[in-house]
Amino acid sequence: MRPSTLIDSRQLELIIERLSHQLVENHDDFKDSVLLGIQPRGIYLTNRIQANLEKILGPKCKIQSGKLDITFYRDDFRRRESPLEANTTNLDFIIEDKRVILIDDVLYTGRTIRAAMDAMLAYGRPKDVELLILIDRRFSRQLPIESNYVGMAVDSLASQRVKVQWAESEKEDKVLLYSTEEKNV
Amino acid sequence: MSELSVKHLLGIKGLIKSDIDLIFSTADQFKEVINRPIKKVPSLRDITIANLFFENSTRTKLSFELAEKRLSADVINFSSSGSSVKKGETLIDTVNNILSMKVDMVVMRHPNPGAAAFLAQHVNTTIVNAGDGTHEHPTQALLDAYTIRERLGDCKGKKIVIVGDIKHSRVALSNIFCLQLLGAEVMVCGPTTLIPKHIHELGVKVSHNLKEALEWCDVANMLRIQLERQGGDGQSIGYFPSIREYAMQFGLNKEILDGLSKKIVVMHPGPINRGVEINSDVADSDQSIILQQVENGVAIRMAVLYLLASGISRS
Repeated sequence: MRPSTLIDSRQLELIIERLSHQLVENHDDFKDSVLLGIQPRGIYLTNRIQANLEKILGPKCKIQSGKLDITFYRDDFRRRESPLEANTTNLDFIIEDKRVILIDDVLYTGRTIRAAMDAMLAYGRPKDVELLILIDRRFSRQLPIESNYVGMAVDSLASQRVKVQWAESEKEDKVLLYSTEEKNV
Repeated sequence: MSELSVKHLLGIKGLIKSDIDLIFSTADQFKEVINRPIKKVPSLRDITIANLFFENSTRTKLSFELAEKRLSADVINFSSSGSSVKKGETLIDTVNNILSMKVDMVVMRHPNPGAAAFLAQHVNTTIVNAGDGTHEHPTQALLDAYTIRERLGDCKGKKIVIVGDIKHSRVALSNIFCLQLLGAEVMVCGPTTLIPKHIHELGVKVSHNLKEALEWCDVANMLRIQLERQGGDGQSIGYFPSIREYAMQFGLNKEILDGLSKKIVVMHPGPINRGVEINSDVADSDQSIILQQVENGVAIRMAVLYLLASGISRS
């Protein structure tokens, strides 16, 4: 069985546009707000959102964005077969008193976001923190974490897998839902 | 996802190139961590590490301890002076006693070559060799190569000369293994008495002329004259006539450095005997990367501990 397509490239474009407008609604001209993408796969969404925001707000508004790696903050270290390879953290501003928008592609158990909040706090004490997610896998949270901005909510089984593909890395924008059987193929 | 091919870090000799690449790429991230306002990550919060130093050390001990603390590990320190080692306890007994207090990893410096490998065979824990006699000092070699890579972009194809007391130096041996694995060319330079007879079998060039060696190289790693391994002032055993003569023949000063046809990079593993193997005007110049070596030491040791700790089972 082939994976089912949850979102195609046209829908994805619309969703990102909607999310960007929702952000502008709450953050106005982004004077004190920053985007923080979670490594590795939150970065693609962050870049798209940033580009969209700059389009909406015009060239005079500079949107600050950074990359956050959470490898060293994960709670499954030594519970896996082998260590996860770390990614770059790239934050060239201080988040002290800033309004931070954390961005990732999929929200599932909530553990990544827990680790990201820990990692983020090493760079200062933000004024407030929001979460923006493309796919929210509902009813599968293991921690009390919810997203402020949701691209699409999906009901899925634990045995299924959601994969967000980006033109930058997989040649095509697409969100797919895999069932366990195909993982072995 | 990748992991080290070894369970312990006993020496560079047991490593493969991909291990070193993994350690370096992990160290890149830790270097960023230690430059943050909050320099600590919680990765090793359920790990306890014992630092066993049967031989004196300042830099290595502090560097390991700092690396452990930055990874949130629990740390206990031990030095042989004032311990039961003086009462005749064997190495295995000492370590097994420490392990029964539920320690997960051991970082050890010992005056006997092979002590770390011996321990790895006889006790059930993860061992990091922080220097065993005149044998190996793997983390020093890793941080040296990492610093060269940082300064020159890559170690591959670079020419590195190691100057000084090669015979008594664990830093030299580990550096040779490490740099060759990374594709660099290595030369050793020093008085005949301080160069092991069969060193050329390791595939290194040998020179007894400092100026010639410096003209050849991109990087000069100036080793310390280990007075403690030569019977005090260097004269009692007689590896060389006097400190003054050694300094004149093999000491690096600004005049020699400026007389070279290109700008080379100068390193030193510390502690420095200023005025013997290296002069202050060189050690403090912009061609010296001595303090970068120390900074990178913490990042490299964090990477090594992090990667080894991930292999420790939780049960």
